[in-house]
Amino acid sequence: MLKFIRHNFDGMDGVEIYPIISLVLFFIVFVTMFIIVMNISKKRIDEVSHLPLEDDTKNKEDNHE
Amino acid sequence: MEKEQFYYDNKIVKMFLSATILWGIVGMLVGLTVALLFVFPGLLEFAGSDNAISWLSFGRLRPLHTNAVIFAFVGNGIFTGVYYSTQRLLKTRMFNDNLSRINFWGWQLIIVAAAITLPLGFTSTKEYAELEWPIDIAVVLVWVVFGINLIGTILKRRQRHIYVAIWFYIATLVTIAVLYIFNNLELPVTAFKSYSVYAGVQDAMVQWWYGHNAVAFFLTTPILGLMYYFVPKVANRPVYSYRLSIVHFWSLIFIYIWAGPHHLLYTALPGWAQNLGTVFSVMLIFPSWGGMINGLLTLRGAWDKVREDPVLKFFVVAITGYGMATFEGPMLSFKNVNAIGHYTDWIIGHVHIGALAWNGFLIAGMIYWLATKLWKTELYSQKLANVHFWIGTLGILFYAIPLYVAGFTQALMWKEFNPDGTLVYGNFLETVTKIIPMYAMRAVGGTLYLTGFILLAYNIIKTAKAGSAVEDELAEAAPLKKISGKRIAGEAWHTWLERRTVLFSILTTVAILIGGMVEIVPLILVKSNVPTIASVKPYTPLELEGRDIYMREGCNNCHSQMIRPFRSEVARYGEYSKAGEFVYDHPFLWGSRRTGPDLHRIGGKYNDNWHFNHMMDPRSTSPGSIMPRYTWIIKNDLNASDIEAKMKGLVTLGVPYSDKEIANAKQSIVEQANTIETNLRQDPEFVKNFGDSNIQNKEIVALIAYLQRLGTDIKVDSNTATAIK
Repeated sequence: MLKFIRHNFDGMDGVEIYPIISLVLFFIVFVTMFIIVMNISKKRIDEVSHLPLEDDTKNKEDNHE
Repeated sequence: MEKEQFYYDNKIVKMFLSATILWGIVGMLVGLTVALLFVFPGLLEFAGSDNAISWLSFGRLRPLHTNAVIFAFVGNGIFTGVYYSTQRLLKTRMFNDNLSRINFWGWQLIIVAAAITLPLGFTSTKEYAELEWPIDIAVVLVWVVFGINLIGTILKRRQRHIYVAIWFYIATLVTIAVLYIFNNLELPVTAFKSYSVYAGVQDAMVQWWYGHNAVAFFLTTPILGLMYYFVPKVANRPVYSYRLSIVHFWSLIFIYIWAGPHHLLYTALPGWAQNLGTVFSVMLIFPSWGGMINGLLTLRGAWDKVREDPVLKFFVVAITGYGMATFEGPMLSFKNVNAIGHYTDWIIGHVHIGALAWNGFLIAGMIYWLATKLWKTELYSQKLANVHFWIGTLGILFYAIPLYVAGFTQALMWKEFNPDGTLVYGNFLETVTKIIPMYAMRAVGGTLYLTGFILLAYNIIKTAKAGSAVEDELAEAAPLKKISGKRIAGEAWHTWLERRTVLFSILTTVAILIGGMVEIVPLILVKSNVPTIASVKPYTPLELEGRDIYMREGCNNCHSQMIRPFRSEVARYGEYSKAGEFVYDHPFLWGSRRTGPDLHRIGGKYNDNWHFNHMMDPRSTSPGSIMPRYTWIIKNDLNASDIEAKMKGLVTLGVPYSDKEIANAKQSIVEQANTIETNLRQDPEFVKNFGDSNIQNKEIVALIAYLQRLGTDIKVDSNTATAIK
């Protein structure tokens, strides 16, 4: 698969570092994201994920669930 | 804290819901009509075959179908769901009732304007952005109204944390605004005519950055928002993983925006941009499938409900369709797969999995469920909804599978060589007539799907009649207590972000801008990305008029102008297309589907008479052709009164017409038209039938001039090269 991409860099010197940089960047971003997401407490997650299920309407007709 | 009472605006939801159903039927009917034109090219020649009706020709109806389905059907469907769920998720009425009404009526007016102008031939030809500049401005205004209304509602909410569905709505709002404005930057030359400010390769890049992300941020992110609200709501259980939804959201919006160039693989777009597009398109499968899994697994432990509730059935097929389409997308972005799929019906099949299953079924499920809530009654007929589900599903299969077969068949025929090195199917038409039965089956699939949708309309009307609408629904919730804008102790970072809506929107904007900037800015600023070719000259005034006719008739809907550097294409069409050949093309006309052959090197391939007869009746020169007749181009006088304005406009955009050329434009038109007329007179048949009809004043000569010019700038070069040898 890389054969499609590698030729772009054939004529350039000193670009080997860029793929490494992008890999590291992406790695950091996703690991950070993972940490951030895992940091949220279970209780909090339960609370927010139940948001669509809350029903605060006051109509009497609306009880045929 | 004491609770406040307030009313949800159900009326606006109902209005959008009705519009969704109405435009859904219209959009699908137009779709079915154009599908039938593949099988019966003469279907709409109501005024006789010598009198084809311009506004009923395929090239003008196809954009009407795509725009109607995307912006009228799905657009209204999105607004329906957004207006319903936003109010409930934020526990408040919409920010301003008047803005809601302006959003609704403005959007409908735009649709009507599109439905009138597109068949009349007012088009910018850029796919899914065909509307001409006055309507573009209206779209932006209405979108701003929607934006103020949405943000205003978020700001006056009674629920501190904005739920994941709302994030997707915010991403939609911001990104569509950015995309729409940048892709539609055009210079008006008359009241209903404009030229794209970008040319050739750059225009193509901006267009597909838009085109791809219109799919992403108009047909995907808002629908995902609806999924995150309605699937849990209907199944009555929370989303499978809220954590996954956070990862899903950020990675999806960040990666999506880079993927546009996969629409331009093997074209004259610089290789680095193509490869960037491929890499990000392949990565895209992870967030896409993350979302799909999150949607499907929300139903874990509730599969018994799926058996009984038609709404959930629609949702399951919709999400599965999303999974299929987002698997296919990355696969088609591999260059070697794209080499087969691009320009074929495979792509049409692919997008319809997205349109019919993912968008159409999610909206259908939502409509059935909303009807019971809005009219406070049971659905008129569960049975009918089930029938809709089954014939709709069958319709999707009957639509997509024949087109997959057609796509592969045609691609393989295009590429097949004889042992002596010549093409087996040298005549393009053979590869078209071969797949006509597939087109017929596709029309059957479309009919099934439309029938199902009409059942939905009937079912909803009956439900509405039986129920009683509550236009303002009473609700109560506690108002928000003021708390610090800073993170409070123990508050996770993303939890904090979820209540900082302005910051959230800014970060979203940053995420979507990065990819677009990296791809587009170098292409526009770095000159060496588009090598110029000395022999490439601007079009003559007559050719320019011809090009405008080509655009008006939507020829680009069926004919590409981009020969890929493959042996099979060079053998069939001639030298492959170079980036430098398109530097005066405002807009680019590369096309995306070859229902007919590529036209980039059509210039000089046939004589003027061939083109004349071909436009008059394509079947006379090419038996079995499914191209429409363009008799009106032969009858209509060429109106070149705006030629100076057009040329001046192009000068502003960088096309080097001299003042003298502009001043002599009309004279130049007469001269070039007379030459073509003289050429045409060499055919005695022409003299017999059209000898007295002043053909040099007709639109056809401009079109012939343009077609004969296409691709010849560098052909001249190679001829001289051979001569020197």
